Amino acid sequence: MTDTILVVPEHTTPVAFTRAQLDWLPWLEPLAVDAMTERHLASLVDAARVKSPYFRLLARDPDALEARTRTDKDIFYNPDAGLPRAERELAAAATSRFNGCVYCASVHARHAATYSKRETDVQRLLDAGVTADLGERWNAIVAASVALTATPSAFGPEHVDRLRRAGLDDLAIADVIHAAAFFNWANRLMLSLGEPAATAGA
Amino acid sequence: MSGTEIDVIDALVGIKPGSPLDSIRARRPEARAHAQATYRALFAPAEPGHVTAPERFAVGGFVAGLHGATAIAAYYGARLAESGASASLKDAVDAATAEARTKGPYGRYPAGPLSREDTAGLSYRVGAATRQALGPRLAAAFEHVHMLVFHPRDAAPAALQALLGAGWSTTDIVTLSQIVAFLSFQIRVVTGLRTLDGRP
Repeated sequence: MTDTILVVPEHTTPVAFTRAQLDWLPWLEPLAVDAMTERHLASLVDAARVKSPYFRLLARDPDALEARTRTDKDIFYNPDAGLPRAERELAAAATSRFNGCVYCASVHARHAATYSKRETDVQRLLDAGVTADLGERWNAIVAASVALTATPSAFGPEHVDRLRRAGLDDLAIADVIHAAAFFNWANRLMLSLGEPAATAGA
Repeated sequence: MSGTEIDVIDALVGIKPGSPLDSIRARRPEARAHAQATYRALFAPAEPGHVTAPERFAVGGFVAGLHGATAIAAYYGARLAESGASASLKDAVDAATAEARTKGPYGRYPAGPLSREDTAGLSYRVGAATRQALGPRLAAAFEHVHMLVFHPRDAAPAALQALLGAGWSTTDIVTLSQIVAFLSFQIRVVTGLRTLDGRP
């Protein structure tokens, strides 16, 4: 069969950044569940991801998907010191806001709000963008994430110094770097292989 | 391979065993191991499929070059030469990089309140001479890669159609997208950790 672009079903395109749950519609054919080998299934890492068209599309290169997912989980979920989970999610949301990934921003803004209990500040980041004033510690994390996300990089010693003044140790700064860097990976896949859609009733 | 394999991020940052950055990376051991496993999956795959080693390293050199990451671009350039690519392909990667450099991220949003943030920028089309040297399949890839690097929010089905039309299968496009997206991560980790290391 010749490979083709998928025609996405009728849907509502979100036109603003949001913390609401969104769908994601693929532009390329994900693997069919019943066509997936053991290797494909194992590459999902979490068995429940077989329901996700995004992960079944990425499973076409299973070694890359599995390594991507295990990298992701350690950067965001490893509980050993460093940056609190809420602020790893903040770095992910700020990176996604700056690159313009509405889908990624929705997921990680929700996580940042949940773990920080600072819904108003997280919403301000989505509404006003990466220059919103969120208090110095969050401003420093957002500014570092944005500088590292620019191409070419604008990340310099002044960002390290500002994060240290805000109370981050070097492990926490390395967590900011990894969280922002990882969302430069994730944003590019999400933005270029399909598109977000408002969920029914949202 | 493990045990003797060089960790590419460690090598590009210049991390020595027992150094402060070595200790920091050791606190996130799965991220360290699987960043390297991703590199292996994309640049030394067990099953290469239809994306050749020269194609993978040519894209790697182009992505790093577009980031202005000179040392990383040199690393992928050296791997490209080792992969059996012709000297003219290496020259074409350098020529494309010189043609295509700009600053990102830019791009457009769906019409609505975010339209005020729309930012114009280059939609790269490979120059005639460079296209000749790259060949149609890599030329189509480089145009897509440039969009992914600098203005990913402009992505659209038509861009994927251009790749399909140039001979990239759906699975090839997933691999190509992972290469660009992973390098966007690797280059930033290297840049960030080098900066942190320079500020003891």
